[in-house]
Amino acid sequence: MAKKEEDVKLLGFWASPFSGRVKMALKLKGVSYEYLEQDIVDKSALLLELNPVFKKVPVLVHEGKILAESHLILEYIDQTWKNNPILPQDPYEKAMARFWAKFVDEQVGPVCFKSVAKPDKGIEVAIEEGQELITFLEKELTGKDFFGGKTIGFLDLVAGSMIPFCIARGWEGMGINMIPEEKFPELNRWIKNLSDIEIVRECIPHREKQIEHMMKVAERIKLA
Amino acid sequence: MASEQVKVIGAWASPFVMRPRVALNLKSIPYEFLEETFGSKSELLLKSNPVQKKIPVLLHGDKPVCESSIIVEYIDETWSTSGPSLLPSTPYDRAIARFWASYLDEKWFRSLRSILKAEGEEEKKAAIAQVEEENSFIEKAFIDCSKGKAFFNGEHIGYLDIAFGSFLGWLRATELLSGHKLVDEAKTPSLSKWAEQFCNDPAVKPVMPDTAKLAEFAKKIFAKPPA
Repeated sequence: MAKKEEDVKLLGFWASPFSGRVKMALKLKGVSYEYLEQDIVDKSALLLELNPVFKKVPVLVHEGKILAESHLILEYIDQTWKNNPILPQDPYEKAMARFWAKFVDEQVGPVCFKSVAKPDKGIEVAIEEGQELITFLEKELTGKDFFGGKTIGFLDLVAGSMIPFCIARGWEGMGINMIPEEKFPELNRWIKNLSDIEIVRECIPHREKQIEHMMKVAERIKLA
Repeated sequence: MASEQVKVIGAWASPFVMRPRVALNLKSIPYEFLEETFGSKSELLLKSNPVQKKIPVLLHGDKPVCESSIIVEYIDETWSTSGPSLLPSTPYDRAIARFWASYLDEKWFRSLRSILKAEGEEEKKAAIAQVEEENSFIEKAFIDCSKGKAFFNGEHIGYLDIAFGSFLGWLRATELLSGHKLVDEAKTPSLSKWAEQFCNDPAVKPVMPDTAKLAEFAKKIFAKPPA
């Protein structure tokens, strides 16, 4: 357990799913931390000093050690505070969790949001391509409460912060029904399960504010 | 489980494919290499990696593992008692190794390819300057990570050595094609020494592609259509 709040600092942005998942992990482990909200447009000197390579949030500082990139931070948190494990022990299960997490951030995020906000091939094609990717996740959830099994794990934190409480707010704002219940019963059940968890609820952005934010992001994508 | 048959689906020119091969060699794990034909994807590849349809894929028994860096960690964790650890021992050092590997894949390799794709001298010069700036970050990272030893991982080749080392073939091919040295004793003394030691390692030599052959291949895939 962290001795005092000052031992752990998190630089984040309220709407960022990458920051959100780190908050969830810290809460899951019962780690107290100081949260420093960042302006991601007008970046602070602190952020640029701590993450000169990517200049992005989240950044975790623990006992003077500086960590960037959300997946790495989650793994660091998991290995440093051993209670409530996030990653499975089995090497193959671990590899699968890492693979799907990468898939969520690198493919689902961009395809299911950017391509939908600016549908070069038309909105129907964009939705179809998005749903094709999401179907892989639907299959992974079959018969499980969470991706992690009975309790939330690495992939739940990554996909949970990215999909229902980030890009789905964008779909809501744009009036797009990307994951209808009849097509994605497992995913919808998973979202309900996630929403029942207190630490998840505490770390997700306010719904209306997030919808507003995602619509602004969608506008920027359209104009790019 | 660890004793089941191992196969790697890949191609000789891919730096990403080289990574699991070096890792398996370091762990002395025999494997069958299934070479894909350039320009087409085998049924086995499409079945093993339906999500991205990309190489490398490691098949351990009938279980596929995809994404080169994820495969290397899987190899290290599965055959943890064979040979030295590929990842550092502390959570922080592991995070640093993964951070730089991520940087290499997301930024550095793209910058390197920009040199090959550059049209005209101005663009080429800018691309070269970008890579040289990024190399200076990696030179510093090497000094920090290696702590005076031969490799990023210390005494033995590890995850980050494999991540950057697998790009050396393409680095040398780019130097050949652009007529400009990017990693040498003057600009990046530590990396220059490291590169030589990495390339001479018996786990690396058999899978490092020949520079001239790669340069020919690069010319083919980056060939610009006639104006």
